[in-house]
Amino acid sequence: MSMQTETAATLSPTAVNDPVVLLEDVRRVYPGQPPVRALDGVSLEINAGELVGVVGPSGSGKTTMLNVLGTLDRADAGLVQIDGYDVSSLSDRQLSAIRARRVGFVFQQFFLAPGVSALDNVADGLLYSGLSRHRRRARARQTLTRVGLADRMHHKPNELSGGQRQRVAVARALVGKPSLLLADEPTGALDSTSGAAVLKLLHELRDGGTTIVVITHDHNVAAELPRQVHILDGKIESDERVSQI
Amino acid sequence: MKAAPAPSRLRPRDTLRVASSGVRTRPLRAVLSALGIAVGIAAMVTVVGVSASSREQVNEQLRNLGTNLLTVSAGQTLAGGESKLPEDSVDMVARIGPVTTVSAIGTINDMSVYRNQHIPVEETNGLAVNAARTDLLDTVSGTLASGRWLDDALAKYPTVVLGANAAERLGITQTDGSVEVWLGDEWFTVVGILDPVPLAPELDSAAMIGWPVAADELGFDGSPTTIYERSDESAVEDVRVVLPATVNPANPEEVSVSRPSDALAAQAAADETLTTLLLALGGVALLVGGIGVANTMVIAVLERRSEIGLRRALGATRPHIRRQFLGESLLLAGLGGVGGAAMGGVATLAFATYRDWPPAMPLWVLGGAAAATIVVGAIAGAYPAARAARLPPTAALATI
Ligand SMILES: Nc1ncnc2c1ncn2[C@@H]1O[C@H](COP(=O)(O)OP(=O)(O)O)[C@@H](O)[C@H]1O
Ligand SMILES: [Mg+2]
Repeated sequence: MSMQTETAATLSPTAVNDPVVLLEDVRRVYPGQPPVRALDGVSLEINAGELVGVVGPSGSGKTTMLNVLGTLDRADAGLVQIDGYDVSSLSDRQLSAIRARRVGFVFQQFFLAPGVSALDNVADGLLYSGLSRHRRRARARQTLTRVGLADRMHHKPNELSGGQRQRVAVARALVGKPSLLLADEPTGALDSTSGAAVLKLLHELRDGGTTIVVITHDHNVAAELPRQVHILDGKIESDERVSQI
Repeated sequence: MKAAPAPSRLRPRDTLRVASSGVRTRPLRAVLSALGIAVGIAAMVTVVGVSASSREQVNEQLRNLGTNLLTVSAGQTLAGGESKLPEDSVDMVARIGPVTTVSAIGTINDMSVYRNQHIPVEETNGLAVNAARTDLLDTVSGTLASGRWLDDALAKYPTVVLGANAAERLGITQTDGSVEVWLGDEWFTVVGILDPVPLAPELDSAAMIGWPVAADELGFDGSPTTIYERSDESAVEDVRVVLPATVNPANPEEVSVSRPSDALAAQAAADETLTTLLLALGGVALLVGGIGVANTMVIAVLERRSEIGLRRALGATRPHIRRQFLGESLLLAGLGGVGGAAMGGVATLAFATYRDWPPAMPLWVLGGAAAATIVVGAIAGAYPAARAARLPPTAALATI
């Protein structure tokens, strides 16, 4: 505990709490001819309550970074600390526990279960937490209300618009009250109106205190985010905070 | 270092729910892939059920017919000729203490029964002519298909009762006195036709005539060739020992004694080898069914990569994923097992009803079917489930 606080303190003296994300010189190399350096010495710190955009062209390493942040993948070198846990020291089972309780994912393709109601899709976000079905559904109901889909609880994914589906997916990521919400191109499969609605939702969630990382190759999407991390060829090019109007 | 978060947990109920999701979303595929196992289990259950029913039928028959009947045959002389029993041997047997009933037939040599007098003598149809005592039918627990059995009055006249096969071979069904058969040099009126006699099958292809008329008209010498006797159940073996010397004191070694109920029981036991063979065939069907389920599971894992990735992202551990797919495989197999057991039960019931057997199903079959199903499901699912569990989450989520 104390060691961690020290590390965080040296990097960010102003931070009172642990940063939610702490990367130090993180490398991820895909073997091949030639090997691909998808992350090539990335250092990044994200504090609680931040809404961060990771921006870069296709193939720049954004998804790889999201996988590392979400403990779906391990870095080959460097320090990865998520919600205060040093990922490299944890077993696969412990990483699963972090994903079950501390991290929420939103994917470009939604990955909703077909033929299953919005309510149960969201409740599945708590499936591996060991809560009873009754309580999972109760939490899902609250969360769906929070993302503005109180009137769509019992609709199946094929009865929802793309934007609504993505909001269901956001609710599923959110239902476990994660420390970190990771969204990989959340607006990539949506038209601009639906995309804007989803972005608006993410802003609202940030205002509610959720820490969010949005990955996008779309500069227009990135422009609306208060902090933008630009990535190119696995390296961070720039990291700017813009004050919101 | 911060304490590790509470581990991921999937409740047993949810494991079941997750395992059945594949079956619920693709019911037709589930039914089709379970069908192979259903056929295998149905075959095995039917084989066991039918053979149990057949054994039950024999047991019931033995309970009805009794197992205390002994058959004494004259046998062969040492020189190889037909031996004969003394005329008074039937009375001698009746004098043995535990003996309760005794009867006899005397086969009349070189005689057969014909539809009419124009049929060449050689065409005997394999039918024998027996002089029969009037108490024969009760002693061997025989029953009449139609007409009447010989009584003291009929036994003096040229009347005949045909065994079941004999009547069939002669093409005779009428027993109202309108049909006559050519026997020796005379017409005999058919007064009765027997049902098959399980304890004395030699009567099935014979014509029975009265003892007196055989002596008067056909020159029968009155020596019995086969004696049938019943005794107290507990004394059967004792009676068996003394019978040869009793019926033929001069040449006891020529006499042969048999217990027909033993032959019936042995016949039922002989069916076991066939049962084993058919069971093995059912096992092969089960194996093929298992391969079908394994195939379905391999495809399911390929198709559901992104679902696996999503579940890993939601916090599923490798064992959670493995249990899901193993559970699905067990469910598919279980579906086949339950369906197959039901099909086998119905088939057994139908077959037993058709053959007029008492339907029987040993309880161990249920246990056996359940065990076979679980083993097949577990083996079929083991490899696909392990593959699903080993899939790295990032690879599972990567869509092309
Ligand atoms: N599993 C993999 N094996 C080999 N190379 C990969 C793999 N995944 C990604 N890459 C490569 O790593 C680089 C970064 O990929 P990715 O993180 O998906 O980029 P982005 O999400 O920004 O488009 C790309 O050059 C890509 O081809
Ligand atoms: Mg990407």
